[in-house]
Amino acid sequence: MPDLNEIKEYLKNYNGEEKVIMEVCGTHTASISENGIPAMLSPKIKLISGPGCPVCVTVASYIDRLVELALTPNTTVVTFGDMMRVKGSEKSLRDAAAEGGSVKMVYSPFEILDMARENPDRQFVFAAVGFETTTPVYALIVERLLNGDTKINGDTKNVKLLTALKTMPQAIRAVASGDTKITGFLAPGHVSVITGHRLFEDMAKELNLPFVTAGFGGAELLAAIYALTKLKGGKALNMYPSVVTYDGNTEAQEKVSKYFEPCNAAWRGMGVIKNSGLVLKKEYARFDAGSAELCEDKMYNGACACGDVISGRKPPHDCPLFGTVCTPDTPQGACMVSMEGACFHYYTNNR
Amino acid sequence: MCVAAPGRVVEINDKIATVDYSGNLTKANAGVVNVAVGDYVLVHAGLIIQKISQSEAKEMEELFSMLEEMGNA
Amino acid sequence: MKITMAHGSGGRSTSQLIDEIFRASSSNPVLDMMEDSAVVDGDTKIAVTTDNFVVTPLTFKGGDIGRLAVCGTVNDLLMRGAVPKYITTAYIIEEGADTGTLKFIAQSLAKTAKEAGVTVIAGDTKVIEGSGGVYINTTGVGFVKDGVDIKSANCREGDALIVSGTLGDHHAAILSGRMNIENNIKSDCAPLCEMVQNMMSEGVHIHAMRDITRGGLGTVLCEFAKNADCGFEIDEDKIPITPEVRGFCKILGLNVMHMGNEGKLLAVVAESDAQKALEVIRKSRYGENAAIVGRAVKGGDVTLITPLGGRRRVTELYGEGLPRIC
Repeated sequence: MPDLNEIKEYLKNYNGEEKVIMEVCGTHTASISENGIPAMLSPKIKLISGPGCPVCVTVASYIDRLVELALTPNTTVVTFGDMMRVKGSEKSLRDAAAEGGSVKMVYSPFEILDMARENPDRQFVFAAVGFETTTPVYALIVERLLNGDTKINGDTKNVKLLTALKTMPQAIRAVASGDTKITGFLAPGHVSVITGHRLFEDMAKELNLPFVTAGFGGAELLAAIYALTKLKGGKALNMYPSVVTYDGNTEAQEKVSKYFEPCNAAWRGMGVIKNSGLVLKKEYARFDAGSAELCEDKMYNGACACGDVISGRKPPHDCPLFGTVCTPDTPQGACMVSMEGACFHYYTNNR
Repeated sequence: MCVAAPGRVVEINDKIATVDYSGNLTKANAGVVNVAVGDYVLVHAGLIIQKISQSEAKEMEELFSMLEEMGNA
Repeated sequence: MKITMAHGSGGRSTSQLIDEIFRASSSNPVLDMMEDSAVVDGDTKIAVTTDNFVVTPLTFKGGDIGRLAVCGTVNDLLMRGAVPKYITTAYIIEEGADTGTLKFIAQSLAKTAKEAGVTVIAGDTKVIEGSGGVYINTTGVGFVKDGVDIKSANCREGDALIVSGTLGDHHAAILSGRMNIENNIKSDCAPLCEMVQNMMSEGVHIHAMRDITRGGLGTVLCEFAKNADCGFEIDEDKIPITPEVRGFCKILGLNVMHMGNEGKLLAVVAESDAQKALEVIRKSRYGENAAIVGRAVKGGDVTLITPLGGRRRVTELYGEGLPRIC
């Protein structure tokens, strides 16, 4: 087994055929930057960031709806911190709060249940974005709502979800098709915890490209990149075995399929991808705050190339707005807003 | 896309676990993983998504030998 | 008792509030004259700084807005090599504020002023509509000895960078409350008089200093790089950080380079003085965890050398340092 120094040496001096590796997951993007990995690789190994930042792939009409809800009397939008700054067609949740709208930021979505119990006359809406990793959280919240968490006539009536839930496989198929130069995928580590490595083993075979499931530490990422320079064709390797099993978290999978069903989903800049999302099943639609129809993606700036960036067709530098009109202070698209966005990381870390 | 942190379960009460991350305690839902006090777990957005197996070093060794075989295949 | 708009009327309620809470806490001959302005002695160059304090909650682990209002201003004076001497305090109080809380804040402010060796020489109180908030402005005056010239433009290639202690504590302490995370992390809120005065009296050649407040070390270094004719390199693994704060950052996806502090400074000193400066800081109050974290280098970039051996550019903090979750 090569040690870390040998791996570093190898990656710095790699001189084989060019490798274009997509890190699908936004947390991988962040960790790659934080560890300074791009500077440790030979010019023959290129890392590109994929569509795995839920904030980045959320369409404008969804944000618009959140803004509208936040400005509705007696309604509070509850959200993760990342979502606060993303602009819809005009405003962000931060803007809505500045106009007197009610927005509450949390670490754990379960906190919405306590808020609802303490304020039974107020409506609470969770900005339910996320991939396979986060969806089980929402399934468990729905389960609690059904149990009548506030003990008023069965159902909890004052909590709803506005969902923009995405699933990885169709999005990966979309970026791997057409004129892509991708030679391998760093599979999303925490999505794999839920789905199991099996999903990416199947995808590797189907797309005839190698997939390596990786952890989030610097050394783990280097080891995974090393593996991706060696693996050929449809091979897959699970390099995050401490938490990723072959079948994944089946209990979480069951909860999700109990309450949610697949739907077509709109990805910012990529359009609607068939069967790439999840919505509450009809029998639970009463907990939905109007998620259907939120597909329109009216861009804040028409020249924004977020769609090409998250599908790996363009590096951030090739967007005409990058670094000039579009900076972290004046983000024009979601990839610059999110702290996991490709553009944000290319800009702030000079990648 | 999914920040998740490893911590240790220090208390469990009706599917709600208290998880310790180097002295920081948060409540985490244990609805999709069976956990006991003392288990190391991975938590994402207030939900325990997996127990952490402690035999990674050995597993990584096996992985690399597998990799060499696969790479040469 | 709760503050009402009457406390801001300028009449009897106002003078009672001032007498019983603010003057009582910081009583001294200059303040007790109750004239329209303070007249004080001075003989050297003076340093002046002003700052507003708007932290919520008003009290937090390791401090409160009163202590913070002194530390922030006193530390700003110290960073130019001044000896802090006077401070003014102006309160804006929303109706509904609790007089017990105000008293606590005023006493904490007075105690911290005493620790820092500054006298409260003037003050003001206004009441506005609202829901119990308290905001404080403090202006500080300090004296600067002849020949002392500490400023960011003085940084030179080769200089050593010293951080006076663990980073991120204040930020984590404040955010823990808001994010429902329980821990024993305390704000580092402290006046840094002793370590600065010790460095100066021991003859350390300090080129530049900055207290590492909002925006964190990353933002401070970027500001220095703009003003000076050099860049900076930081060894990430040399940055002092407690295991608790490191764990806290992991949960929320935060980076300590951009986390605020209220009792930490960055000193840029000549390389030949680095060990001496470090020892002096470590022996001073609030400096026991000081460390040399990097150096000034050619160019104009701020670069972090990661423990893995990678390099990445450090920028100012963008946005608000919000927890990252998804």
